[in-house]
Amino acid sequence: MELHHSKHHQTYITNLNAALKKQAEAVHASDITTQVSLQQAIRFNAGGHINHSLFWQNLAPTSSSDAKLSAAPNLVKHIKTTWGDEDKFREAFKAALLGIQGSGWGWLVKTETGTEQRLSIVTTKDQDPPVGGEVPILGVDMWEHAYYLQYLNGKPAYVDNIWNVINWKTAEERYLGARADAFKVLKASI
Amino acid sequence: MSSSLLRSSALRSALRATAPATCTRAGLAGATFVRGKATLPDLPYDYGALEPNISGRIMELHHKKHHQTYVTSLNNFSEQMAEAKHKDDVKSQIALQPMINFHGGGHINHSLFWENLAPTSSGGGEPPTGALASAINDSYGSLESLKEKFNAALAGIQGSGWAWLVQDTQTGSISIKTYANQDPVVGQFRPILGIDAWEHAYYLDYENRKAEYFKAVWNVVNWKAAEARLK
Repeated sequence: MELHHSKHHQTYITNLNAALKKQAEAVHASDITTQVSLQQAIRFNAGGHINHSLFWQNLAPTSSSDAKLSAAPNLVKHIKTTWGDEDKFREAFKAALLGIQGSGWGWLVKTETGTEQRLSIVTTKDQDPPVGGEVPILGVDMWEHAYYLQYLNGKPAYVDNIWNVINWKTAEERYLGARADAFKVLKASI
Repeated sequence: MSSSLLRSSALRSALRATAPATCTRAGLAGATFVRGKATLPDLPYDYGALEPNISGRIMELHHKKHHQTYVTSLNNFSEQMAEAKHKDDVKSQIALQPMINFHGGGHINHSLFWENLAPTSSGGGEPPTGALASAINDSYGSLESLKEKFNAALAGIQGSGWAWLVQDTQTGSISIKTYANQDPVVGQFRPILGIDAWEHAYYLDYENRKAEYFKAVWNVVNWKAAEARLK
């Protein structure tokens, strides 16, 4: 956790700020070529910042009452109607996480189609952030740096154990809230 | 140990993996559809032989666990692919392609990687000679300049992947290319030298300081093996 937060997350922020500074200069100079060439660096490093910010918030110590499913009554109800029961949901989430080829993230997201709200499990590669209009409810980091020192190549065990530290209170708040609410942690940090 | 022997064994196993035979006997319950199976190649040196540049702990996990998993999964998906072909099930064949690419790529990449590393006592880190040395000087000016550009390419990988010195099969010229995840060097380019930039390749030793790994790995690069791949 310390390496992940104080080194990895910090590096994304440092690199994002550097890229944004260059972009501001390029905008000021009307240098479109440079602006376009900076987009991938911004996407990657901003994605790293967004994803990790969401991740820390949706984790909690096992001893906390927030780490209990009872902290998310509405979300759990919706999970049950979508997947049948919690175990089936966890199985589906696990399959998605273990199916990632390379670095990436697994997410439980809420999408709105008309008046209907749907839950689904999606994965994003590398540091691509969940910014396609969906509300991120839970994110799990599947980069090797997230688990390797502790679990080595045994990533199924990491996935099994992550459920012990999920912050269901945060998940419930994101589920009930709008998209902007899920990202408010970012605004607070800028 | 002769590097040509190892090279041929690594290539042979990679070749076997990419050439699944069609099923031999239809109707046999649990029939094996793939004739030749991919196997984990032996390392040409001990797990601890690349220390202190890469620890024995990393090498053992990397070879015995990670590479083995690619081999096992490749065989599994090759079997499914052969079965789908046997049944003329095109949809399943297409769905299986990314799995073959990923696990087959993982097998090929690691087989080439082990072979293009060597302990310093067996020539690891000794500069290239002959045609490869000339090609490097022509394209990059010097070996040092190549390493710098190669390390910048490694550092620029966003996520998991590999950097390769490749040879263009059309022009014969060499260049540095990066590949995402386990995408193997196939098609227009020929792999000459590969460095694994997945976090599992260095994290236990170097944690987030991957630039130190990229710097150290040159001490154990087997340029002779790389040169033998150049045509």
